[in-house]
Amino acid sequence: MLTDEAGRGANQATEPANNVQNPRRTGGDLVQLLSPSGERISHPEFDLWISDVSDEQLCSFYEDMVVIRRIDAEATALQRQGELALWPPLLGQEATQIGSGRALRSDDFVFPTYRDNGVAYCRGVPVPDLVRAWRGNALFGWDPYRYNIATQQIMIGSQSLHATGYAMGIQDDGADSVAVAFFGDGATSEGDVNEAMVFAASFQAPVVFICQNNHWAISEPVLLQSHVQLADRASGFGIPSMRVDGNDVLAVLSATRIALDRARKGGGPTFIEALTYRMGPHTTADDPTRYRDPNELEDWAAKDPIARLRALLDRKGLLSDELEARVKARADAVAAELRNGCINMPEPAPLDVFKHVYSEENSWIERQKDHYTRYLESFSGSAQEGAH
Amino acid sequence: MSRAMIKEFRLPDLGEGLTESEILSWKVAVGDTVELNQVIAEVETAKAVVELPSPFAGTVAALHEQPGSVVEVGKPIVSFEVDDAGAAPSAGDAPSADAGKPGAGKPAGGAAAEPAAPKREATLVGYGAAVEQGGRPVRRQRTLPAAVQPSAARPADTTAPPVVAAPGAGSAAAVVQSERQPERPRSTPPVRKLARDLGVDLAQLNGTGEGGLITREDVQHFAEGAGAPAAAQEAPAAAGRETRTPIKGVRKYTAAAMVQSAFTAPHVTEFLTVDVTAAMELLGRLKASRAFQGYKLTPLTLAAKAVLIALKRNPTLNSRWDDAAQEIVQFNYVNLGIAAATPRGLTVPNIKDADGMGLLELSAALTELTETARAGKTTPADLAGGTISITNIGVFGIDAGTPILNPGEAAIVALGAVRKAPWVHNDELAVRQVMSLSLSFDHRLVDGEQGSRFLADVGAILSDPGMVLTMV
Repeated sequence: MLTDEAGRGANQATEPANNVQNPRRTGGDLVQLLSPSGERISHPEFDLWISDVSDEQLCSFYEDMVVIRRIDAEATALQRQGELALWPPLLGQEATQIGSGRALRSDDFVFPTYRDNGVAYCRGVPVPDLVRAWRGNALFGWDPYRYNIATQQIMIGSQSLHATGYAMGIQDDGADSVAVAFFGDGATSEGDVNEAMVFAASFQAPVVFICQNNHWAISEPVLLQSHVQLADRASGFGIPSMRVDGNDVLAVLSATRIALDRARKGGGPTFIEALTYRMGPHTTADDPTRYRDPNELEDWAAKDPIARLRALLDRKGLLSDELEARVKARADAVAAELRNGCINMPEPAPLDVFKHVYSEENSWIERQKDHYTRYLESFSGSAQEGAH
Repeated sequence: MSRAMIKEFRLPDLGEGLTESEILSWKVAVGDTVELNQVIAEVETAKAVVELPSPFAGTVAALHEQPGSVVEVGKPIVSFEVDDAGAAPSAGDAPSADAGKPGAGKPAGGAAAEPAAPKREATLVGYGAAVEQGGRPVRRQRTLPAAVQPSAARPADTTAPPVVAAPGAGSAAAVVQSERQPERPRSTPPVRKLARDLGVDLAQLNGTGEGGLITREDVQHFAEGAGAPAAAQEAPAAAGRETRTPIKGVRKYTAAAMVQSAFTAPHVTEFLTVDVTAAMELLGRLKASRAFQGYKLTPLTLAAKAVLIALKRNPTLNSRWDDAAQEIVQFNYVNLGIAAATPRGLTVPNIKDADGMGLLELSAALTELTETARAGKTTPADLAGGTISITNIGVFGIDAGTPILNPGEAAIVALGAVRKAPWVHNDELAVRQVMSLSLSFDHRLVDGEQGSRFLADVGAILSDPGMVLTMV
């Protein structure tokens, strides 16, 4: 091609940090335990936190990542087939979501964004519930207290406040569970995230901020948003931070475990920047080719999170035909469950819109419901020639 | 036994509130067996070009729309014959994501058209307002001048532009033409972009889409100058040990151009290797400077500028041998062609009036040209009218070559790779950044002297950018 230059999407910040010679960035070392070619890289501290990971667990992480990628592909197809109004793909971010999602205890509480479907999958949310809101069938897909994961936040960054507040509640309860907020690179530019970090630090709340730096806030490259590494923003709040390779499931797992342990022991909040890449569009209504250099996508395809874990399994002799078949069968089954569940989802009744507004009876809602009921009845009259 | 049944797939809203999409191409044909989620079509919305995955596994029974047609959301676009037993769900109901939306497709029952009397229907915003004819969501209706307003409501599905009786006789068409475009002509953003790329003025077009909408096809037809009808698209023959691909598109164009050029213009090629260390240092300084922030500066940018400056002193290289007229055409402007490897093959789009551009503007133009070419979206207008070309073989790590002239041009410069090499600098052997330049020119027009002076000028600028002061 014509030029040999990289695109504007801040690729250069994604090599291990000690090699980066960018004066605008000051960040700590990028921690990587698994190279893009599937080589296991040792690290004096992070290794300790994953020493218990068995071969079997490695295989199950592989399965998880393949399955959530498949969920993502199926949901994207369902949107294109008119079954969903919209879908925000997570393609490329599987390692961050599985590495962090699988580090959690069941009594920890997750506050996710719209893109964190892989985390929701880890929490045990039934897959059809992932698309319920995108289908317009409900305002949200699941009962947060059943799976200890809040509904997905569309507003950018708001959930970080919810997480900090929840964490302060955990302190009041004297429990040792942790609140975990997920957000993207763009959210770190929002007031909510900054306020959440101020409170988290002030109260030393047991909260972990997991920033999935996927390099693009819709069409805005991360380089334009911050002149320092995102992880370095945390130090301004007095919050310890880590930068990990977000396409490396082991590095993310290890970092999340470190942060969770600190929070459980009263050590306060931690900020994790997981460097990953949104390989698909922002949502199914977006066309990234209009603002993104295709070379960038190619660069990141070479760092694919699933391919590198697969390569590690291969190196360790764990990648059998039987494993591949089992993973494929599981992915197929989950995709079918998603499709069937989505297409056969019962339509809500008009009056369902009043459900879940208040947990207790409310006269205003009752009044509105009554008005709406009578309004609906006015149609049955005209449509059926007064047969009512 | 299982029973076959027909399932329709209706065009969904592909991007948060779109009312229509254009079918760009079908990836399947009637009779094809498709799997669930197999890509069946490429569709362009006002927001993006997307692929449509099949919602069923089965056989394609009918394609209801032609490529190029703009289809309303909710209209059936393809029918599948589906094995009843094995049919994937997706029941016969309209895609329910649309169901709650105002204006979403009414049941488009079977093949027969049904819009009879407007029905009173429940909506969320009013008391059963009358349904609009055509079922199309209310959209900014562009006002036409009273004189040309179609008398009644817009006819159901007129494909031809409204015919209007004009006063007088013969010149009526022209009058109507100018009158029926009170505002910006109706089109979609991607089509407007296409028109801009092709240099087509939308005001000159009659849209063949619904309600006079100008479609991608209209623009392309116009750009081709009422040229050949869209080439028939037949699938390449099945292959065994060899693959046979019909010669068409860019490949065909390239081949014809190369043959014509190589066998009409007597080529001479000259080489010059220069020490470009100073130019690379300059490049580094410019990149760091505030003025160039956000611009992509490469050796190509500087070399292109050097070529433009050298051309001013050696205009013969910016000319053309017009064999038919038996004239030499001296261009007093430069349309600078840049050879680009694209997904579809070699193309040489050019930057119009590059000689009038500052370095900043030139770098922006190069970036845009590159990106357009990479995206495979270079248009015939981009390719036409070049006056001289550059080919940047250096990006492939190549030093020199004997480039073939872009037909109609008198010169082409090949830029080699910038390499560190041992070089005599200040009478001592030093490691310097070195680059080879190759210049081919049409010897009918350009003599060795002129070609050599031009190449020496380009080399002088790249080895000592300060030399520009002596040239301009």
